[in-house]
Amino acid sequence: MNEKHIMTMLVDNEPGVLSRVVGLFSGKGFNIESLCVAETMDSKVSRITIVTKANTEVLEQIEKQLRKLINVIKLRDMTGPKAVKREMALICVHAKPEHRAEILRIVDIFRCNVVDVGLEHYIIEVTGDAAKLTALLNLLKPMGIKKIARTGPIALYREPK
Amino acid sequence: MIRKGSQILMEVLQEEGVETIFGYPGGVVIDIYDQLAKTDIRHILVRHEQGAVHAADGYARASGKVGVCLVTSGPGATNTVTGIASAYMDSIPLVVITGQVPTHLIGNDAFQEVDIVGITRPCTKHNYLVSSTAELARTVKEAFYLARSGRPGPVLVDIPKDVSNSEAEYRQLKDVKLKSYNPTYQPNIKQLRKVVELIRSAERPVVFAGGGVILSQASQELTEFARKTQIPVTTSLMGLGAFPGSDPLWLGMLGMHGTYRANMSIGACDLLVSIGVRFDDRVTGKTDVFAAQAKIVHIDIDPTSIRKNIPVAIPVVGDCKISLSQLNRLIDEIDLTDVPRKRQDWLGQIERWKGTNPLAYKQCDLIKPQFVVEKLYELTRGEAIITTEVGQNQMWAAQYYHFDRPGHFITSGGLGCMGFGLPAAIGAQVACPDKLVVDIAGDASIQMNIQEMATAVENCLPVKIVILNNNYLGMVRQWQELFYDKRYACTYMNHSPNFVKLAEAYGAVGLKATKPQEVESVLAEGLSLPQPVIMEFEVDKEENVYPMVPAGAPITEMLLA
Ligand SMILES: Cc1ncc(C[n+]2csc(CCOP(=O)(O)OP(=O)(O)O)c2C)c(N)n1
Ligand SMILES: [Mg+2]
Repeated sequence: MNEKHIMTMLVDNEPGVLSRVVGLFSGKGFNIESLCVAETMDSKVSRITIVTKANTEVLEQIEKQLRKLINVIKLRDMTGPKAVKREMALICVHAKPEHRAEILRIVDIFRCNVVDVGLEHYIIEVTGDAAKLTALLNLLKPMGIKKIARTGPIALYREPK
Repeated sequence: MIRKGSQILMEVLQEEGVETIFGYPGGVVIDIYDQLAKTDIRHILVRHEQGAVHAADGYARASGKVGVCLVTSGPGATNTVTGIASAYMDSIPLVVITGQVPTHLIGNDAFQEVDIVGITRPCTKHNYLVSSTAELARTVKEAFYLARSGRPGPVLVDIPKDVSNSEAEYRQLKDVKLKSYNPTYQPNIKQLRKVVELIRSAERPVVFAGGGVILSQASQELTEFARKTQIPVTTSLMGLGAFPGSDPLWLGMLGMHGTYRANMSIGACDLLVSIGVRFDDRVTGKTDVFAAQAKIVHIDIDPTSIRKNIPVAIPVVGDCKISLSQLNRLIDEIDLTDVPRKRQDWLGQIERWKGTNPLAYKQCDLIKPQFVVEKLYELTRGEAIITTEVGQNQMWAAQYYHFDRPGHFITSGGLGCMGFGLPAAIGAQVACPDKLVVDIAGDASIQMNIQEMATAVENCLPVKIVILNNNYLGMVRQWQELFYDKRYACTYMNHSPNFVKLAEAYGAVGLKATKPQEVESVLAEGLSLPQPVIMEFEVDKEENVYPMVPAGAPITEMLLA
């Protein structure tokens, strides 16, 4: 059974490293649902977060193959409640006069922000887990979503309490 | 010390013990070549960069050292790709140094610019574009370390012209450490204990060894292990020579063209101890029924090899040599007196399989290719280093030449790369000047890197080439015969050069046999000559390699002669 898995890895922050990681997925026929990359506090190290769909055997291969890459310093499976996950979206929604108040109410309830306003649109910024983003999108859909930019999730392991 | 990049490179190569480089110069590496000429490193000027990489591959396998290549940017670099891919599939330690256009021109589509790091990313263990002279020494050192440690493999270092031409401070580096690279050499002792337990209770055990045993120089440990426990041994193509081919426990090769008894014993065994293998599809056939009755133990240094193709009961991540010697020690602690009695039935069954379907062919008034290989084995007393091309010639070499020692069978196993044998023989001859090195070749394959004849002659490397000429892309024709109703589309090679004259044109010796009675005398004469020799044998054109397991069929369902 193919299930979603989220994994993060610390990698050398050097040219070509992302391409090694992504090339591994395409070359071996593994799937990538989403991908986030940015530098960490140590400028020599980047964090890559990948969501993939795989069965247990394939997942084992993906993890081993990633660990085998010389530039992958550390790899962790972030699936499950031990890690905090967040994703973000920018949603450009049609804002006709009769919908404007309703949209703002929704923004308020979901604790998101309007970051751009026009006569005919709002751009809404939202962060949260995947469920929250989906719920918000479902509510906004009837107004007409013009465009959307969505990050994949990023994740951090919770520290011991 | 302040040193030029090209000087730094030479310093590191010498520190790493490099004695020979296979290469081909060009614009961006003139400076490196200028420095190279001032050292006592031997340079073998090949005739094509693919030849350089295969030669370095053959050199590495025959010597156990890292093979080194040096080529120019652009076409020089792209010509190395096939050789690198072959070495990668077979885990052969190479360092391939390519020149690159100057840093400020990278990305400009400069003359002879190609992104060789991008091109070779999926077929190298690792690769580097060196961005400054200051980083050169560390990078090259890392390249050697990566190439030879863990599961070995080719590493490419791309050096822009300005990096080799500029100066930087140079200090000799002791050892390299990579925080993210730490191969596991020591096996988990608990896992090994489980293996011993299984060996104790198994009734029909088989050992399956591969190239990893040869790479980690564990043949002795393997032989000791098998003899102590009285377990019969088969190997992959890459593992030939890891276990003595003359030992009574030897089953012959496993797989698509494996022996009847090796393939049958996989079907029947209840324990499969696999060591340094990766379960290639040419070995397993249909995976769901491969060793279906067996508990499978898999010992390998590369965790990705384990459970990649075949489910494994006892995985052991570790070096083959260390794992086997620890296993041997654990086995010494148990009582083995009843082992020979316990194995009687199983070894008897194997003997019967051998009796009903031995490797065999029928003599006729045409030269049988198998006969040529058999005679070669006899005349060389099994002591030659054999390289092969790819196709039927390769399989007959594997079946009919029996290898008692590692490092004596050098073939492009994983990539199956035609054109490998001659340059690989050249590399092996450089590594072992006193050995007899023979390339067993097909008429088609030999033409893929025939230009290296000039390299052999120029460098007085007396390699011997045995061409089994069937005027066909024989292995492909065999598939067409068996699976395409004999529709021989584009596999008849109507016109080949006159190989005898061709040898002479290169300044080598050419000999030819057309009848079975001539085989022995041609071989005897050719092998005795002190220079490179091509021996052409006009063989039975439609002879097939048997046994054969059709692709994807269970390993026990063989087509027999
Ligand atoms: C570079 C390359 N191209 C194509 C193939 C596919 N192929 C495998 S065996 C073979 C025939 C080889 O013919 P020959 O060298 O005469 O050997 P034979 O099988 O006749 O002994 C071919 C074309 C290959 N393995 N390598
Ligand atoms: Mg042929």
